[in-house]
Amino acid sequence: MAVAAIRCQDIRVVFDNRTGKQTILDDLNLTVPAGQIMTLLGPSGCGKSTLLRVIAGLTKPNSGTLGIEGKSIAESQHKLAFVFQESALLPWRTVYQNVRLPWEIRKKQSSTDIESRIQNALDLVGFKPNDWNKKPHQLSGGMKMRASIARALITNPDILLLDEPFAALDDMLRSKLNDLLLKIVDQTQTTMLFVTHNISEAIYLSHSIAVFSQGRIGEVIDVDLPVPRTTSLRSSPEFAAMYGRVSQSLARNAAQ
Amino acid sequence: MNKSPLAIRIAAPIGVFIAVAILWHIAVDAFKLPPVLLPKPLKVLEAIWTQRALLASGAWVTLKASAVGLLVSTLIGSLVAILFSQSSWIRTALYPYVIFLQTVPIVAIAPLLIVWSGAQFRTVVLVSSIISIFPIISNVTSGLLSIDQNHLDLFRMQGATRLQTLLKLRIPSAIRSLIQGLRISCGLSVIGAIVGELFVGNSGASDGLGAMMNAMQANLKTDQLIGAIIACTLLGILLFLGIEALNRWVLRRWTIDTGFESDR
Repeated sequence: MAVAAIRCQDIRVVFDNRTGKQTILDDLNLTVPAGQIMTLLGPSGCGKSTLLRVIAGLTKPNSGTLGIEGKSIAESQHKLAFVFQESALLPWRTVYQNVRLPWEIRKKQSSTDIESRIQNALDLVGFKPNDWNKKPHQLSGGMKMRASIARALITNPDILLLDEPFAALDDMLRSKLNDLLLKIVDQTQTTMLFVTHNISEAIYLSHSIAVFSQGRIGEVIDVDLPVPRTTSLRSSPEFAAMYGRVSQSLARNAAQ
Repeated sequence: MNKSPLAIRIAAPIGVFIAVAILWHIAVDAFKLPPVLLPKPLKVLEAIWTQRALLASGAWVTLKASAVGLLVSTLIGSLVAILFSQSSWIRTALYPYVIFLQTVPIVAIAPLLIVWSGAQFRTVVLVSSIISIFPIISNVTSGLLSIDQNHLDLFRMQGATRLQTLLKLRIPSAIRSLIQGLRISCGLSVIGAIVGELFVGNSGASDGLGAMMNAMQANLKTDQLIGAIIACTLLGILLFLGIEALNRWVLRRWTIDTGFESDR
C-alpha cells in the first residue's frame, strides 16, 4: 500500500454565523509525514475538527490548497477514511454489514476477497466471530468504536482521519484502543491524523503533535519517545517530561 | 407513571364500563326516554346479537375499504415523501397543497368525489386515502430528512450516489417515522371509509357500516345504530392493534435480531 503525506497550505475557513463572520482556520499550514501518526491538540472549538473535515473533503475551505503527495485531493488516488466521534454505525445493520458498507457503496474494488477482508478487519480490531451478527445496540461503547475502526479499514485507506474517537470512553478502554491503533499503523503503514484534547493520549500515540493556536498551528512537537510504545512508558520520567512540555506549549498557544 | 398490576389494568376499565351501563339504564328509566331517542343498554346488546351477521358483514366491507385506503395512502404518501426529500424546491412548491389535503373538510368534498368517481367501493377507498395520507407524507418526509450528520458524512466520503444514500440510508432511517405516521393514519382511514360509505350509501351501492348506519337512522333503529357505532370503534381498535404488531415486528427486525443473514 502506498503511503501518503498530507500538505495543507494557507487553509482558510470562515463560517457565516448570525453574529457575523467567524474565522475558524486562519491561513493554516501543516504537513503530515507519510506513514506516521500526527495528533492535533488544542482546546474545544479551536478548529481541530474543522481541519480534519477539510482534509476529508467534507468542508470546503474558503482559500488555500490541500495536497496529498503533491497532488490535489481530487486527482490523487489515495483513499481516505474517517472515524467519527460517535461510532456512527447504522443501527439496522449487524456489525458485519456495517463493516461491509463502504465496499457496498464503492463496489469498484474486486469482490472476490471482500469476505476475507471483512473478516481480517474484524479480527484485527478484536471481534470474535459470534459477535459479527450483533446489532450496534447490543454492543458496548468500546466494541462499537472497534467496529467503526474496522469499517474505516475495509477500503484499505492510505490516510485515516480520527475525530476524538475515544472521547466518550473510560481510561482503561481508551488505552486499550490506543494500543490497537498503534498495532494498525504498524501493520498497514497508514498515515494517521488524530484529533484529541487528551495530552497523554496524544503523546502515547503520536510521532508528532501539532498544537493549535487561534486557527493556526502554533507549534509542532516531535515526540521522540521509543517505539513500539508500551504501557510502562506511561509511567516513565521521559513521558512525564514530554507531558510537561506539551501542556506548557498548549497553555502558551492558548494564551496568544 | 407507576404500572398497576395486570388484573387491575383489565378490571378497572371494565368496572367503569359496567358503571356507565348501569347509570345509562337508570337514566333511561328515570327520564322516561323513548327507545327511539335512547334504547337501554341491554336493548343495544340484544340488537347487536340479533344483527350480528349483518354487522359483521358490514364491518368486513368497511375494514376492506379502510385497509385498502390506508395501503394506498401509505404507498402514495411514501412516494411523495421520497420526492420531497430530494429537493427543497419541490417541497416549497408542493407543500401548500399537501397542507390543503390536511385542512380540507372531507365531508365537504365527499359528494364531489362521488360525482367524479361514482357511488362505489373505489370512491370509499379514495375518501379513506385522502383523509389518511397527510400523516404519512409529513412523518416520512421528516424521517427521510432528519438523518444523523455523521451518517451523511460517512456516505459522502465513500462517494455515495443520491440513489445509494436514499436506499441504504434515508429509507431505512425513515421506517420508524413511517410507523408513527401509520399509527395516526389507521384511525383516520376508518373515519374516511365510514364518511365515504355514508355518502355512497344513499344510492344503495355500498353495504359497509356507514351505509348501514344511514339506513338504520332512516328507519329509527336507534339500538342498531348504536350497535353499528360500537362496531366502527372496534374496527378502529383492530386496525390500530394491527399497526402495533407491525411496529413490534419492524423494531425487532430493525434493531435486535439478525434478520439480514441472507445478505452475507
